[in-house]
Amino acid sequence: MGTLRIIATSGLIRGLIGQAIGAALGFGFVTLIRLGMGLESNPEPGAVFGALTSVIGFLAGAGVLTDWSKWALGKETPLRHGPQPGKPEWARYLHVDYNHKVIGIQYAVTSVLVLLVGGIFAITFRIELSLPGMQFLTYEQYNTLFSGHGIVMIASILLGVGAMVNYLVPLMIGASDMAFPRLNAFSYWVSVPAAVLILTGMAIGGWDTGWVAYPPLSLIAPLGVQLFVLGFFVNGFSSIAGSINLLITVATMRAKGMSLFKMPIFVWAAVAAALIQATATQTVGMALLMVVTQRVIGLNFFDPATGGDPVLYQHLFWFYSHPVVYVFVLPGLGVISELLPVFSRKPLFGYRWIALSSLGIALVGFLVWAHHMFVAGVDNTLRVFFMYATMFVAVPTGVKFFSWVATMWEGKLSFETPMLFVLGAISVFLIGGVTGPILGNIPTDMHLHDSYWVVGHFHATMFGGFVFPFFAALYYWYPKFSGRMYKESLGKLHFWLMTPGFWLMSLGQMQIGLLGMRRRVADYDPSLGYDTTHVVITVAGLIIGWSVLIMAYNLISSARSQPLAGNNPWNSRSPEWQISSPPPEFNYDVPFEVVGEPYDYGLAGSVYIRMDPSSSGE
Amino acid sequence: MSAVTNAHDHQEAHNGHELPYSAQLRNNRMALWLFCFSEIFMFGALLSARFVLWGNARPELSQVVGLITTTVLLLSSFFMNRAESAIAHDDRKTFLSGLLMTAFLGLLFFIGVVVLEWNIFGLKLELFGVEWFGHLKPTDGVLGGVFFAMTGLHAIHVFSGIVLILIVWNNGRRGHFSAEKHWGIEATAIYWHYVDIVWVFFYPALYLIGKVG
Ligand SMILES: [Cu+2]
Repeated sequence: MGTLRIIATSGLIRGLIGQAIGAALGFGFVTLIRLGMGLESNPEPGAVFGALTSVIGFLAGAGVLTDWSKWALGKETPLRHGPQPGKPEWARYLHVDYNHKVIGIQYAVTSVLVLLVGGIFAITFRIELSLPGMQFLTYEQYNTLFSGHGIVMIASILLGVGAMVNYLVPLMIGASDMAFPRLNAFSYWVSVPAAVLILTGMAIGGWDTGWVAYPPLSLIAPLGVQLFVLGFFVNGFSSIAGSINLLITVATMRAKGMSLFKMPIFVWAAVAAALIQATATQTVGMALLMVVTQRVIGLNFFDPATGGDPVLYQHLFWFYSHPVVYVFVLPGLGVISELLPVFSRKPLFGYRWIALSSLGIALVGFLVWAHHMFVAGVDNTLRVFFMYATMFVAVPTGVKFFSWVATMWEGKLSFETPMLFVLGAISVFLIGGVTGPILGNIPTDMHLHDSYWVVGHFHATMFGGFVFPFFAALYYWYPKFSGRMYKESLGKLHFWLMTPGFWLMSLGQMQIGLLGMRRRVADYDPSLGYDTTHVVITVAGLIIGWSVLIMAYNLISSARSQPLAGNNPWNSRSPEWQISSPPPEFNYDVPFEVVGEPYDYGLAGSVYIRMDPSSSGE
Repeated sequence: MSAVTNAHDHQEAHNGHELPYSAQLRNNRMALWLFCFSEIFMFGALLSARFVLWGNARPELSQVVGLITTTVLLLSSFFMNRAESAIAHDDRKTFLSGLLMTAFLGLLFFIGVVVLEWNIFGLKLELFGVEWFGHLKPTDGVLGGVFFAMTGLHAIHVFSGIVLILIVWNNGRRGHFSAEKHWGIEATAIYWHYVDIVWVFFYPALYLIGKVG
């Protein structure tokens, strides 16, 4: 079979065709009914229904629903595994596959692709912003680009979290797969049509609400906002299904002897993030549905003229959208805690505190959402409560910083690319961390709200808490999932371009924020004196963009040309490094048993796991 | 290490790779309860929207219709339970009739909401001093918006529950399920009871609390 033929008949392409058919059928159905009822012509109801049917079309076309439909008809289906019959190994990645490692890589590749798309949006409007006045974008295009950048990057981060969690957690706890492999495939594949909806929304009219979709603006925005909101909503299915799957997997499928406090620390972070995803996602889903129904059916929630309340949307929205920041950040911080002992050759300092601080951050994260609404007319007592609660987040976060420093203290540090990115992550997350309390304080927030200070702050938390650790994870586990070592020189080049680039960008954003630059505006007054800084920010952004392309090139080209890495190039104690690279189809041919502490690096005679329990003398 | 070199020899032994039934059953149960817990946040979001937007007010609705639909739905849970305990005792006849009865009552509830309360056909009937068809419209301010959202979200769940029941019934009719293995029925029953319990919270919030305003 030719390569082209394999791609053309893959689950991905069949899914996309299914999505197009589903969209056409749904749109046509509603539009015909409206025509028959003699209603005025309005493409929106058809577009909304078509968007929903398009997702079903994609899932059916890709083959995600096949097994479940057979079950409904009373047929049993065996769990299909291994490569696609008669096709090369790589074809698996374009098909619905139930192996968690395949799904993890599907997540990772999609995440990086989506990251590049969101990055192109950012670069485009950054170039526009490098000079005052409008250069080559219209106001509408600018609005659509920054709105799209926000939601597309969030989609990318969620995919990246899915990648790490899916690939690593079953390996780390000694499971052969996730608890529900078919649901796992669903979680990945449903995020693809969601991304398609968001991008389509940008193409057909765009929207100008940012990624938050606040009413009343989202109620009067162009049609594109509907597809964006629905794409956002559909992506929620991925989060909820994926997190439930993960929680059950960790609860029931751990290796013998692996009590909760003997799990690799990343698993704790994944669990804390999943707890947020499984619950808070529902409230933002509801908020988004309310916007959709108010626009299409006229159900009123947010129009004050007939008793509605736009602030209600903000409450429901931030009840998810603050905690979701920890869905991004906790797995990232988990990677930092996971890698530091390996590259410091020392035990992780305060394992239990780190583990519990992840849960602590997740729980406190549910009590701070209204700090995004200090200027929205929220009741004063409520504001004060949320101010103090917000400050309280610093406590469990501080625990992590303290532990990282103590872990490195007097360690035998080595500085390969993953370690560099971990250190970069800590430095950047520190910038994000210390600039946060100023926004959590009501008086200072009232000055800085909606300014570039906020932009600088949250890009620092996102890069430090997710992007840097994610890149560290890609480099670190690259020899595990590809079997080969990446090119160290290119990895270092990537780091030394991206890290100073990011510092520059982030600090520049905060500086112009202090000087009065507003977020989400396409133009600014040159007399305010920050047009030079805008150029610096744009150049720094370009450097970051190029450095990510270097990483993409490195990871792609090294998969063929680089020497084999061996099973455990980092000399790690974690279970996934004790088996072949890449791991066998079902991970552990012989189940292992946990007999010691996970992070006792450098302690003579300490053992974490024993690969073959039969030799232990029972 | 033998674990590495023998990777492919062991492949065969893994072909019966799926979890044993008892382990899978335990996972299924936990996942379903977690899903129910997760959905509390969605229903809760809508319920809190009701209290924010309505406060102490509520729309004018027919108390008789509300009481009847609620009774019908609660009654359906009884038959669902009967069906589930019947299959656990291999009593296929009671099991199948219980399922059909549940689906029938669920459908009555669904019709009660969509045809009577929503009055999608725009009908009018006064009998025994009761107005059987509602006159609240989706566009009637927040009263209409929240009412249609809450009943609509719940009705979608009832409808999907009916579909599940019919799937289970169809498979049961063809001899699937046994006293030992009937997760499909257990899941459907839990889901159905869950949707009922949601209505126990929605019903007073829509029909009873506050003053008509
Ligand atoms: Cu926040």
